[in-house]
Amino acid sequence: MTDIFKTYSEMEQEDIILAFKGDVTQELLSSVYSIVESRLENDHEALRKKKKFYQVVVECLQNVYHHMEQPESSASKPAIFLIARGKDNSLHIMTGNFISIAKRDSLTTQIEKMNTMTGEELRAYHLDKLSSTQLSEKGGAGLGIIEIARKSGNKLDYRFDTISEQHAFFSLSVTVN
Amino acid sequence: MNQLNLEGTNKTPTISFHAETGTLEIKGRSIPENSVEFYAPLFLWIDAYVAQPKGDTRVLVQLEYFNTSSSKCLLDIFRKLEPLHQSAKSKVTVSWLYEEEDEDMMEAGDDYQTIVKLPFTVAKVIL
Repeated sequence: MTDIFKTYSEMEQEDIILAFKGDVTQELLSSVYSIVESRLENDHEALRKKKKFYQVVVECLQNVYHHMEQPESSASKPAIFLIARGKDNSLHIMTGNFISIAKRDSLTTQIEKMNTMTGEELRAYHLDKLSSTQLSEKGGAGLGIIEIARKSGNKLDYRFDTISEQHAFFSLSVTVN
Repeated sequence: MNQLNLEGTNKTPTISFHAETGTLEIKGRSIPENSVEFYAPLFLWIDAYVAQPKGDTRVLVQLEYFNTSSSKCLLDIFRKLEPLHQSAKSKVTVSWLYEEEDEDMMEAGDDYQTIVKLPFTVAKVIL
């Protein structure tokens, strides 16, 4: 059979806190937040860093939750995410979900724009969006991705894989130092 | 109209709104996926209160965490109170409290202070 111990050992070595593939529900997210929170608690992370990690996890996963779409090949809205410890005590959050292909260009433009901004520019950009936009029916205001960029302090790594005429698979990788 | 009390959970804040004294407190964490749905009852309460306000209205926000959709709802709460304050029917004040070392929460308070047209103080919690 498949060597599960090998998989376990690899995940252990890579310091993976949590890996998931499937349907993302509110109940699942509640459990994930608890797991991440207790892990950060156990690691005796400093308050500010702990809060930053936690908030990026929340925003990344809610970003998936609000924007995930159902591809033609599936009966649901599957997604994937992985939360791991990185070098120098950093935290990595990787997410992947199907999105409407119509969102690809605007999202690319926004991420590229944010990737050239300084911390202060991102703060001003966030404030401008906060005071000028309305919440969508899904509960988002496009603020999540800005907050992720702000709290991360690193450039956002992303890619789109075109799946069909309607859908693309959006992958986002965030490192928080 | 008397009071609205919502017990906090690990995703939602404790909310107490005493219409009798004109005090609204929002404490804890606010990270629900469905912020609009969560804050809807409070919005209704604020609308009703604004029609019959007390001379002084005090809003106290002390959050440990809040997500971006809640950040929008918080702004909507402040926006609902701006006309009340401008009408001089009630003097509205907002206190934004943050824990020691929580600079991000202090920064968030400072940001609201710049865009909200209400007397707005940002202060460290004294334990």
